[in-house]
Amino acid sequence: MSDNPAIDRIQEEIDANSVVLFMKGSPMMPQCGFSAAVVQALTMMEVKFKGVDVLADDEIRQSIKEFSSWPTIPQLYVKGEFVGGCDIVREMHESGELKKLFDDKGVEQAS
Amino acid sequence: MAMQAAEIEKLIKEGIPDAEVIINDLAGDGDHYAAQVVSAEFAGKSRVQQHQLVYQALQGRMGNELHALQLQTNAPGEA
Repeated sequence: MSDNPAIDRIQEEIDANSVVLFMKGSPMMPQCGFSAAVVQALTMMEVKFKGVDVLADDEIRQSIKEFSSWPTIPQLYVKGEFVGGCDIVREMHESGELKKLFDDKGVEQAS
Repeated sequence: MAMQAAEIEKLIKEGIPDAEVIINDLAGDGDHYAAQVVSAEFAGKSRVQQHQLVYQALQGRMGNELHALQLQTNAPGEA
């Protein structure tokens, strides 16, 4: 538990879901090109993920930046670990590192 | 609010003195940039840690005055 209830809620999401994307908008309707790019990469890999819309919750929107020492959204978490934002996810997707990460962490994806 | 490319470069170099910085103004609107940063400080660090060093150098501007900065970081000699 921390002093900030929003931080606890973020931790709960990350604990409860193998792959969590904090994003602007929903996976079906991203409200920002950077969030959309990460959704697209995950969708192409057929990875199941939980999208958390920070636009719907200002406390989460502010606290997620503190949580990860990362100033921007989207933010991708896999099995509790912060993987990166849009640039890092894109780079890892193109190089095959993202697939390897999902393999190593036992995350189900398209074969 | 927007930032000038020269100001971004200056802040990064103040935070990471040996950094080589190349900045592109992607949309020509002073609001969407791409930066390539090369520094020996990045050696042995994860991408997340490398980007965090750059964000620290920008002192909270990222996500505020600076809306979009596409980042690519490398240690010298890395691809």
